[in-house]
Amino acid sequence: MRLNCPICGERDRREFYYKGDAVELDRPDPNAGSEAWDDYLHNRDNPAGETRDLWHHESGCGAWLVVTRNTLTHEVLRCELAGANTQ
Amino acid sequence: MAKLIPSPPCAGLLPKTIGSLAIREVDVGPITLIAPFSGGGSATSDVLKAEFGFGFPSPNRALGENPRIAWFGLNQALLMGAACPALPQAACVDQSDGWVIVCLEGAKVQDVLARVVPIDLRAPVFKQGHTARTLVGHMHGAVTRMGDQRFELTAMRSMAATLVHELERAALGVSARSSQ
Amino acid sequence: MRIAGKGLNPNAKPLTFTFDGRTYTGLEGDTLASALLANGVRLVGRSFKYHRPRGILTAGSEEPNALVTTGEGPAQDPNQRATTLELYDGLVARSQNAWPSLKYDAMAINDIASPFLSAGFYYKTFMWPQSFWEKLYEPIIRRAAGLGALSGQANEDLYEKVFAHCDVLVIGAGPSGIMAALTAARAGADVILADESSEYGGRLLSETFDVGGQPGANWVADQIAELAAMDNVRLMSRTTVTGAYDQGTFGALEQLNARGGPKECFWRIVCKHSVLCAGALERPIAFPNNDRPGIMMASAVRSYLNRCGVAPGRTVSVFCNNDDAHRTAVDLIDAGVDVAAVIDSRTDAPTMGQYRLIKGGRVIGTKGRHRVTHVSVSTAEGIEHISTDCLAMSGGWNPTVHLTCHMNGRPDWNDAVLSFVPGENAVPNMSVAGSAAGHMSTLACLTSGAEIGADVARGLCLSPKVVVPTAEDAPYRIEALWQVEGKGRKWLDFQNDVHVKDVQLAAQENFRSVEHMKRYTTQGMATDQGKNSNVQALAVLADATGRGIPDTGTTTFRPPYVPVSIGAMGAGGQGKGFAPERLTTSHQASVDRGAPMIEAGLWYRPSYFPKPTETTWLDSCNREVGYVRNAVGVCDVSTLGKIDIQGPDAAAFLDFVYCNTFSTLKENRVRYGLMLREDGHVMDDGTTARIGPNHYVMTTTTAAAGQVMTHLEWVAQALRPDLNVRFASVTEHWAQFAIAGSKARELLNTMLDDPIDDDQWPFMSCGVVSLGGVSARLFRISFSGEHAYELAVPARFGASLFRQLVAQAEGMGGGAYGMEALNVLRIEKGFITHAEIHGRITAFDLGLDRLVSQKKDCIGNAASRREGLLAPQREQLVGLKPVDKAGKMTAGAHLFGNGADAVSANDQGYVTSVCFSPTLGHSIGMGFLIDGPNRIGERIQLVDHMRDVQTLCEVCSPVFFDPDGGRARG
Repeated sequence: MRLNCPICGERDRREFYYKGDAVELDRPDPNAGSEAWDDYLHNRDNPAGETRDLWHHESGCGAWLVVTRNTLTHEVLRCELAGANTQ
Repeated sequence: MAKLIPSPPCAGLLPKTIGSLAIREVDVGPITLIAPFSGGGSATSDVLKAEFGFGFPSPNRALGENPRIAWFGLNQALLMGAACPALPQAACVDQSDGWVIVCLEGAKVQDVLARVVPIDLRAPVFKQGHTARTLVGHMHGAVTRMGDQRFELTAMRSMAATLVHELERAALGVSARSSQ
Repeated sequence: MRIAGKGLNPNAKPLTFTFDGRTYTGLEGDTLASALLANGVRLVGRSFKYHRPRGILTAGSEEPNALVTTGEGPAQDPNQRATTLELYDGLVARSQNAWPSLKYDAMAINDIASPFLSAGFYYKTFMWPQSFWEKLYEPIIRRAAGLGALSGQANEDLYEKVFAHCDVLVIGAGPSGIMAALTAARAGADVILADESSEYGGRLLSETFDVGGQPGANWVADQIAELAAMDNVRLMSRTTVTGAYDQGTFGALEQLNARGGPKECFWRIVCKHSVLCAGALERPIAFPNNDRPGIMMASAVRSYLNRCGVAPGRTVSVFCNNDDAHRTAVDLIDAGVDVAAVIDSRTDAPTMGQYRLIKGGRVIGTKGRHRVTHVSVSTAEGIEHISTDCLAMSGGWNPTVHLTCHMNGRPDWNDAVLSFVPGENAVPNMSVAGSAAGHMSTLACLTSGAEIGADVARGLCLSPKVVVPTAEDAPYRIEALWQVEGKGRKWLDFQNDVHVKDVQLAAQENFRSVEHMKRYTTQGMATDQGKNSNVQALAVLADATGRGIPDTGTTTFRPPYVPVSIGAMGAGGQGKGFAPERLTTSHQASVDRGAPMIEAGLWYRPSYFPKPTETTWLDSCNREVGYVRNAVGVCDVSTLGKIDIQGPDAAAFLDFVYCNTFSTLKENRVRYGLMLREDGHVMDDGTTARIGPNHYVMTTTTAAAGQVMTHLEWVAQALRPDLNVRFASVTEHWAQFAIAGSKARELLNTMLDDPIDDDQWPFMSCGVVSLGGVSARLFRISFSGEHAYELAVPARFGASLFRQLVAQAEGMGGGAYGMEALNVLRIEKGFITHAEIHGRITAFDLGLDRLVSQKKDCIGNAASRREGLLAPQREQLVGLKPVDKAGKMTAGAHLFGNGADAVSANDQGYVTSVCFSPTLGHSIGMGFLIDGPNRIGERIQLVDHMRDVQTLCEVCSPVFFDPDGGRARG
């Protein structure tokens, strides 16, 4: 598997660390209540098809990435920086 | 009073020649990690340009010879071979002792690197002045092309022995083939 | 036998080898198989299940029968295919799966018992009683089954793993692969051409075809010479592409065992486009007793004859359903070998030479124990027995579609070639050319290779030219023939001993899906993965279930295409290659002092520093604890993570990642910090120093340094991009040493350029000091509870500083201390490590819930307030000491109420850290106990079922020594 890091270019999967669903980008307000936090922390979809994941290019530039890919075909559709603070 | 004696990361390990490959440690002098703050990129680059003739490098590029600067990850570059000027718009961190840098030179250097580095180092793709953060064996590191048959590898200081071990192993494999 | 004047290398040098202890001579360019055939050796192995005598079937990597073991001792290598094993001088090979010898194999009794060993036999027989499985059935089956064996010794051979990158990967260097590579490379593409054989050319080396007006092998040599001269081409012989993976990544196994140096090399090849030119594999026909040694594939007979100059028999017969196989007879006759008959199942079979042709004939039986002697042929006139010592069979050709299926692609049935051909776009950016795509003539292969090579080049924005040489273009005439009626077992899978009836039985017992049939019968398993039997088995299953072959479908072809040794997959991972070693600057000094080094993550740290008079580690540990408690000890703490954090929002950032507050920390002061995960559990702890208005240095535990760095990157980039902060690991730059004990300052003042005192350097202060002109950082912090400092110098000075610190300490009645003493010192003080913060622990559990500031948001704050994480029935941190001072304690033990049964229902908690405290004179421990802080003084049972320990303990405060902390401040 290869991911096209927006900073470094296409790299082998071994350079990346997988975190999980990109839902983790949408951190609830501290007072959003237990249901919202439960969803954020624990509940995940398991789609057969398109999914958005978080990957860290830990052996490369160190950027956090949002990868849109298809779990059935393994096609990688998009690979974007997770944060704006990345110049 | 203390009398501190310095020792380099590869003391007792290098230099070495295996087959046609020469491996030696490089002392680049002071190393400063420069990480411009948000919005501080161009101001930082201006100071560097005035001081050294090169600005803050784009991703995957290295500039200058001695001193030089090599991109080193998101928003980061290593200034090597000169004291870091005052850069109010950047975080500057002394890393002179944090890294081991080795130079690999020889006709089969790319064959050796193909055994430790997973990225595409073919000459038309990875040219002189190109640098990359990547894996060196199992280690986080960097690779920079210094010439047709010359590369530099950067790894963490504490892993110097492992770095040398990996390179020796790779070079032995290559030289065993070429002697067949 | 050798045929004078045949073979590709007339000047080949003789080579000596042994097989089953007998010495033979072969020739350079032979495989073990061709050399054995040249020496008249027919019986080469025993089948897996019935131990039937088997000979060489094929001339390629699909070989099911001729598996041998090479090498001895640690170099022993089982299941090598004799058909691909290049002969070298001194090769030692042994047959497998036979005892006491290949000729007289005791387990051949299985063959007689075969009516009782039908498909699914193991599943049906060894089901019950369940308790028999592990002790009785499995060991017996394991002993009886299996092909070759490993030596049990660590392999000492050198294996390699290499990465390669190219524009175009051409898989297979037969006529289509050569044309694809040439066309793309001439246009300027960067090409890798890989072929599993030692010689390029594919079938052109095994046939007598002309290409471009010259013999095929000569044409191949010319094209390969052109390719070899091009800078943009990498030729890889002996390299089998084993798997197609995501985003243009391929695995390939290079066999170097005949050449010295590395034994095997596993390549990971990344390409923009791939062209599969893997050719086709000839399939057998299922007729009764079709597995005797001497019955071979027709194409293999031509390979041995034309390529190696070896005739596999003196009187050869051919049994086929297609034109192509007739060439075997033609080539043999040209070479002067007797051809008894060509038996063609087609009534309209054409004749292609001067041989006896039996049209509409079928082989219905064979004779001969260790090699075939007769075949029985049913003809229009009746049954005829033909004397023959080699039967060349051909049921047609199967395109080698395997790689196109590795990414879930399914092949399509093609009626014209009576086989499966690759599905459309089965692997992204892969094209298929030549016979792999169902093109069966040489010209069609050359043309499709050139055209696809050109297509790929155009895709790279190059301008290719298509030039195709002249070649034969015979039509592929074939009639379906999967099995022949008759008495006796008709073998499909020679390796796993699956015959037609097994597949029919599977269908009858309702294992009708091809995947179920495979698992029920073992059809297509093991080293050959059914390369030359799957299609026939599907045809038989289709027939038995009344479905057509397309509806029956294929099983799933998965990587690897050929077996890949674990040695190649794990190349470089043995010994020191397993994981990087991180060595501290004091490593050599510690080793010089005889310290056993223990792993802490990737780091190596000294366990203790033994003295000659000491007999156990505990003696050394107790002495080293004494250094710190009574004088001064020195310990390398460089392995702790150190992260430099700078920026206008550095303080706000720290307030967000730590549960306690750092914006209020004064400059040149240090504070303990607790970091939570977002789910409210503790991630890590450490101290963080403020060394400037917007400048902090964070320390992490050794264990979590990498995790914390990744976490900080995550928070800064993804959650709080609004904060202007930058950070960098400085773990490697600084060598840092703890100097602990009442004489710590005295020691420091012998080293520093300017002495320090308590007023300027109170507990939890930090700043810059100078040592012989070297600027250093000093932190007055303590992990031992004593008056202590941590001194950090640039790593180049670490080795030198450590030796001087230890020498000074020794002069003051102290010395170096290792991890054992460090652990005792911290347990005596109730300081936690990752033994305690093991991932299921909250700040509340540690009694640190007051640290979770409610004035600000932070990672983990919201979740840490959840009801369940604050309940008193949670297990909370306590200290434990034995009621009887001699009582033994163990970490990992569980806690039970005094008098309660030690069963899980009564579990009250567990012990995380234990040591013998030389300071207190008895064992002490820390652990987590339900409602622990409210149970101080209670007596509780410590029970360790694993180590048979049961000790009555008293629950106490986890701070065993100097509870008010006066020593650290003093």
